Amino acid sequence: MRGIAKSLMVTLSTFARKPVTRDYPNYHRELPERDRAFPLLLWDKEVDEPFCTGCHACERACPVECMTVLMKDNPNHKSTGGNSSRRKIIDKFWIDYARCMRCNVCVEVCNFDAIAMNNTWQGHELSVHDRKDLVMDLQQLLSLSHGGGIKEWVPVVGQANEQ
Amino acid sequence: MVASPQHEFETQDLLINVGPQHPSTHGVFRMVLTIDGEVVKDVVPYIGYLHRGAEKLCETMDFRQGSGFMDRTEYLAAHNAELSYVMAVEALAGLEVPERAQWIRMILCELNRLSSHFMFLGAFGIDVGVFGTPFIYAWREREAIIDLFEEISGDRMMYAYFRPGGLAWDVPLNFKERVREVLKSTRQGIKDFDELLTQNEIFRARTEGVGTISAEDAIDWGMSGPSIRASGVPLDVRREEPYLKYADVDWDVITGENGDVFDRYYCRLLEMRESVKIIEQCLERLESGIIVPDKMPRMLRAAPGEVYIRTEAPRGEYGIYMVSKGGNRPYRLKVRSACLSNLQALRQMSVDQYVADAILVLGSIDIVLSEVDR
Repeated sequence: MRGIAKSLMVTLSTFARKPVTRDYPNYHRELPERDRAFPLLLWDKEVDEPFCTGCHACERACPVECMTVLMKDNPNHKSTGGNSSRRKIIDKFWIDYARCMRCNVCVEVCNFDAIAMNNTWQGHELSVHDRKDLVMDLQQLLSLSHGGGIKEWVPVVGQANEQ
Repeated sequence: MVASPQHEFETQDLLINVGPQHPSTHGVFRMVLTIDGEVVKDVVPYIGYLHRGAEKLCETMDFRQGSGFMDRTEYLAAHNAELSYVMAVEALAGLEVPERAQWIRMILCELNRLSSHFMFLGAFGIDVGVFGTPFIYAWREREAIIDLFEEISGDRMMYAYFRPGGLAWDVPLNFKERVREVLKSTRQGIKDFDELLTQNEIFRARTEGVGTISAEDAIDWGMSGPSIRASGVPLDVRREEPYLKYADVDWDVITGENGDVFDRYYCRLLEMRESVKIIEQCLERLESGIIVPDKMPRMLRAAPGEVYIRTEAPRGEYGIYMVSKGGNRPYRLKVRSACLSNLQALRQMSVDQYVADAILVLGSIDIVLSEVDR
């Protein structure tokens, strides 16, 4: 009987603890800056165009083949009177969020730092009625960083961490 | 019609299907029980419902892409699964892992063991019949660990954090204090479970002497991990073939005596205390430094050859057999899953037990079906 009384004491003492759960849809906890939701494309504010040049590096490296990339000549290039140094630029870009397994490989292989993992709640709350709606096009992929809604995190690799 | 006297007391065996979709099978697993009254006469397990061909898929993936698939084979302890894979790649490619990366790997693997065992304690509570209370308590403790993993690697379950050569990126600056914070709540959680379940007379009456397997049988069936240690075999890969820095820290191999369901539960609980001990020593010895080798090739190529790397995952020996013919992807990959081997002993453990105890036996080997089926 002593054991059972002790067990009941544990449950009783839990009543006195602070709750650990939160009222989710009304309260969104702050996500860590490393949080990995789905990949999205970043916007170069200096020349007002995407960083992405459509070089296919991420498309080739993606283990689940969820990306489709098409490039075009940049109409804003210096040779045609624009202010951009990018000769080629992204034309069309689709990422199938339903296939993506959020492994971060595309971010690591990108030579232009043009793609990043979404670390906001918009990347997590993606319920849709049709799977086709999870195939994101270029405009959807750029909208968050174009509006300045993403806080970028640069990984620390290959250098000492002071501790 | 009048029943003839010689047939009056004849009973018939009954076949019942448990699963594939059944809450107590911990996943998509089906076992066909032949029962006589309430006593189990035979168990036929059917596996393969969750087969995704992860091994074959990895043959088409280069080494960076492949570790993401290892997460999915063992989703409750993804760090441990990744560790075997990256260690196999490192052995083939001849990479030297920096000290700091090794200590961090060790901390994360032990934390993952804690979170996985908490999951076991909660789920096992449900199998025993204590619905809710231990499960939700275990979830609370596990949540703290998973939150920490999210701060470090960015994901809650599929970390993709270990890379051949080291780590994907460095841990946050407040890593040490965060781990100590988590350990504080973990220690309290282990104590709670000790009082909630271990000392509870009802729980002990329900679990002691059920699903016993002897040390010889456990060895014959190729069991590993806490399931074999509960039978009194001090088999632990961390002690037998120390990898990472396990030879440098002080900890004990926990063994049971009877090899029953209670021992398998209690071994895991005691093992969690050892894990806490290991992490504390790791934190003291963790120093700043590099986390990937300086001369890391951009595209990793392995030398031709084959290697078998085994590590101690929460459920037992998680081995990776990798064959390379040169190039940047494995020629053949085979996962040695502890769950699959432990599951083979299910029949021996549950025959001549009650139906309710067969569920208990299945729960006590802490089965993860994605690891069984890959």
